[in-house]
Amino acid sequence: MRVECQECQKRPATVYFKHVINGEKKEVRVCEVCAQEKGYMQSQDQGSSLHDLLTGIFNFDTYPFGTQVSDKKQIKELQCPNCKLTFSAFKEIGKFGCATCYETFSERLSPILRRVHAGNTAHAGKIPKRTGGNIQKKRQLEEYRIQMKKLIEEEAFEEAAILRDKIKALETQGSAKRGESEG
Amino acid sequence: MTLEHFLNEAISPWMRKEGTDSDIVLSSRIRLARNFANVMYPILGKEDELKKVHDFMKDTYNKTSFQDYTDFHFISTKNLSEIENQILIEKHLVSPSLTRYPQSAALISKNEQVSIMINEEDHLRIQLYFPGYQLADGLKQASQLDDWIEGKVDYAFDEKFGYLTSCPTNVGTGMRASVMMHLPALVITKQMSRMIPAINQFGLVVRGIYGEGSESLGNIFQISNQITLGKSEKDIVFDLASVVKQLIEQERLARSYITEQLGISLEDRIFRSYGTMKNARIIESKEAAKCISNVRLGIDLGIIENISKNILNELMTLTQPGFLQYYANRRLTPRERDVFRASLIRERLELEK
Repeated sequence: MRVECQECQKRPATVYFKHVINGEKKEVRVCEVCAQEKGYMQSQDQGSSLHDLLTGIFNFDTYPFGTQVSDKKQIKELQCPNCKLTFSAFKEIGKFGCATCYETFSERLSPILRRVHAGNTAHAGKIPKRTGGNIQKKRQLEEYRIQMKKLIEEEAFEEAAILRDKIKALETQGSAKRGESEG
Repeated sequence: MTLEHFLNEAISPWMRKEGTDSDIVLSSRIRLARNFANVMYPILGKEDELKKVHDFMKDTYNKTSFQDYTDFHFISTKNLSEIENQILIEKHLVSPSLTRYPQSAALISKNEQVSIMINEEDHLRIQLYFPGYQLADGLKQASQLDDWIEGKVDYAFDEKFGYLTSCPTNVGTGMRASVMMHLPALVITKQMSRMIPAINQFGLVVRGIYGEGSESLGNIFQISNQITLGKSEKDIVFDLASVVKQLIEQERLARSYITEQLGISLEDRIFRSYGTMKNARIIESKEAAKCISNVRLGIDLGIIENISKNILNELMTLTQPGFLQYYANRRLTPRERDVFRASLIRERLELEK
């Protein structure tokens, strides 16, 4: 059964709770975005320390090194064209609304990812087996080219030629080579 | 319902198998977060779109099998009673937050080793459990299961960011590898509190038995990776495994140390807990967890004989509120639970004879 958020009447309500004001009980059903905006989430204590920490990590208003004032306007204007999530809403809830968000907010993302993932900003793991074939091929080609360049510098032309043939073969391959799983 | 019958329902079949180092490592888990490429994430998704994900998973995978994971059973959370849902949570098959999302569901294999949560924070949360310490093989199997699902689902994946998850703390591999460890000797010798910050230094997190924010109950700790981006799945598992190996070794050392140093007072401590379990009429979950941990340590050290090792895993699950109410077949007040818990523990020990 779908319950709509009583605030925005658009998104599904995922936060349910009872409000007691002057002994009067009131049930509130809102989505996470509105729950944050209306300040409902502040009284939620379970797990809030981690949540606060995370949103703290995502929050850049406290950035200590200048240049932020001019950026501020820009941050507010950033909005995902697909799911309509704004960057400030993201900072509040700490979650993205769709895959497109990563593209939309990509410029703002690096410092966040760096903080959460010990300085890392790029994926180094598995590539999907069926749909990731082209990426797998691209990575392999890059690797071959780097190796070939090195071999040429070392004047190991015979070995470089072998790689050149491999690159050609891979490039002319009509359908993408199946990506190996990380395993 | 007889207790034997109840136990059969309560204990996942895979939990009965003995794994490597299972005197210390209770279970290993690999979890992969995945999303459909063109659907908004459950936190903002529209009900009809999320229903498509729900129905697709049901139509495609209900009653199918993959390798050892046979007869996948699809359960919509809206069809679950409160107690049924509580039981799935206590068996770690679903998360407590799953029911908060519209169109949420779970796809669970017959041996309950695989549970795929649908429409949780991400569209898919693929989880695999293994008895004892089994990370490397676990990763391999998880990856194969992932390929099987990906055979029919276009994942949200980006060359630079990897698997795109709702929360940026999971992006990249989308993988969380974890082990559940019983470390009573490290707690008794007060080494555990010193070790936790050291473990954190390796980009790993230490938690209690019921995940985020929960305190350690019965000397059980969950250790998992924090970082999901910029490292391969293999490297993440390798780093976790090397810390787990260290902890196993340290726990073994501490166990032989306390056996030597504490002697009769260790025996006393263990047998007192055993006595409480055999005789208590009212027992709170915290005290129960402490006693169960002591008795399990006694079994591992050969101080208590003729009781199966499984008792820790079994009783830690069985004495949770959801299971107690399921067994009682009604809602219980907290006080009633403590009475029921005590009687269930006594009955379970009777079964050993």
